[in-house]
Amino acid sequence: MSNGAATEVVEVATQSQSSRAFQSAGRRLFNWVAGLAILFGLWWIGGYLIYINPDTTTFADFGPIPTFEAFPILWEDGTIQAAVSASGYRLGIGLLIAICVGVPIGILLGRSRTFRELSNSPFQLLRMISPLSWEPIAVIVFVTWNQAIIFLIAIAAVWPVAFSTAAGLAKVDPAWFKVAKNLGAKPWHMISKIILPAIAFDILTGIRLALGVAWIVLVPAEFLGVTSGLGYSIEDARETLSYNHLTAMVLVIGVLGYLLDSTCAMAIKRFSWHRQT
Amino acid sequence: MAVRGVNIKIEDLTHRYSSRSPVTFDKVNVEAQAGEALVIIGRSGCGKSTLLHIVAGLLGKTSGSVRLDDKEVTGPSSRWVMMFQAPHLFPWMKVSQNVGVGLSFAGWPEKKIRERVAEALALVHLEEYADNNVQDLSGGQQQRVALARSLVMEPELLLLDEPFSALDAFTRAALQRDVRSIGKELGINLVMVTHDIDEAVLMADRALVMAGAPGKIVHDLRVDLPDPRERQDPAVQATRSRLMQIFHDAAHAPSGSSSGSEADNGDPPATEPESVGIKQHV
Ligand SMILES: Nc1ncnc2c1ncn2[C@@H]1O[C@H](COP(=O)(O)OP(=O)(O)O)[C@@H](O)[C@H]1O
Ligand SMILES: [Mg+2]
Repeated sequence: MSNGAATEVVEVATQSQSSRAFQSAGRRLFNWVAGLAILFGLWWIGGYLIYINPDTTTFADFGPIPTFEAFPILWEDGTIQAAVSASGYRLGIGLLIAICVGVPIGILLGRSRTFRELSNSPFQLLRMISPLSWEPIAVIVFVTWNQAIIFLIAIAAVWPVAFSTAAGLAKVDPAWFKVAKNLGAKPWHMISKIILPAIAFDILTGIRLALGVAWIVLVPAEFLGVTSGLGYSIEDARETLSYNHLTAMVLVIGVLGYLLDSTCAMAIKRFSWHRQT
Repeated sequence: MAVRGVNIKIEDLTHRYSSRSPVTFDKVNVEAQAGEALVIIGRSGCGKSTLLHIVAGLLGKTSGSVRLDDKEVTGPSSRWVMMFQAPHLFPWMKVSQNVGVGLSFAGWPEKKIRERVAEALALVHLEEYADNNVQDLSGGQQQRVALARSLVMEPELLLLDEPFSALDAFTRAALQRDVRSIGKELGINLVMVTHDIDEAVLMADRALVMAGAPGKIVHDLRVDLPDPRERQDPAVQATRSRLMQIFHDAAHAPSGSSSGSEADNGDPPATEPESVGIKQHV
């Protein structure tokens, strides 16, 4: 991977003489790679210090080299795939529920003053409850642990979606509705052709925030009860003292979260009509 | 695009915003033939925008009637379309999508929308901008897009609420000329509201002076001038002076309410119409 990136940097550097855009893209790519390299360097040094200290040498598997050795094993026995698909399912359903509930709540918040004023204090209160503190209640209410975890993700993710949607709606120019009505828009056109495209940027920003929160909630929620998922696989590795498996799964969580967040960031860029000046 | 105009008949139209607010205007009567360009001129606050919104079906009336070709206006329609003071374009759509938005509301197929949008953009001289982001256009170009967005509906009546007041003088002059010639070319009716006497003279077949509180149409002046109308043309200047005089008389009329006499206090003595060489807002 680092080899490929290095050649890319060289290529970009050659073209930079003719183009400033390439130059800055090259610089960004270089710094992107360099930043990761520093992180891995620090990890390696930490691992080495643990290894040379006789008191901690049993934990040397936390270092990068044993960790990378664990990947092929975890991949071949299907641990990674199983954990990712189980967690991905919970995350996906939880987020979907959060979006389906959060966007309409956000639209209500933005459009109805009564609803906004009435819901303000209950929502602020509910929002400040740490999602994980719902866990004991969720376990009692829901039949399966799976459902309980999905509920925790949904309740953590619904607030950013709802509040971003409402904030987006507050910036919508009321004249757009007048113009649309004047041109024959039906009520559903107001939603599909005016409101949603106008606030797509804000909804996606809310989803990105929600994803961040959900990703944080997901792993600890999986520490208990379930026997699948990323959280479970970490807990399992700890109990079997396979520290390199543990760090490998932590790395999987980091990389996946990073990829999901970047995808959201790209979608936001795609749907943003705001001029950044 | 070929359309025709519509006979307008406004009878005893009265409006108030609520039972507690004053009457905005009282028993307004206007008739117009198909293809006529009406310009309503009056001080701000006299109820011009309100009148236009009612004719467009965007606002309910209190009493009276608005009939277009003998049919009562009860709501918005593609047959009568309003253009506002600001373009209010949809920034997430490119120029062509903005122009075609009304047709897409009406469920037109993509291909037909594209054809019609191209025609409308040609009318307002923006063919080359079809794929542009509307936020990259100048104020005048944006207002042209808004004009095309209205024209694409092939309205029989185009209502314009001070559509050029936010534009610079050159852009405004070009748009005044273009809107009038497009109206004539398509044979549609224009009803435009302005507080700019020059604009009224340059664009109207008939200039209606609205004044008082509650508002009334106090004068109806036929503007019989050949096209294209040039500001420097002595005939245009003479009509302008005449309209200034009418406007002045209306503001000073004893029947005028408190707001009319308020204006008296600070005003200089009656201006000699001919002496005014530069553009003047009322
Ligand atoms: N939504 C409204 N509610 C109550 N009064 C209004 C409203 N809009 C306008 N008015 C009042 O009605 C009168 C006429 O307004 P308007 O039609 O906008 O005048 P113009 O377009 O001639 O400037 C003004 O006195 C204004 O204050
Ligand atoms: Mg007005």
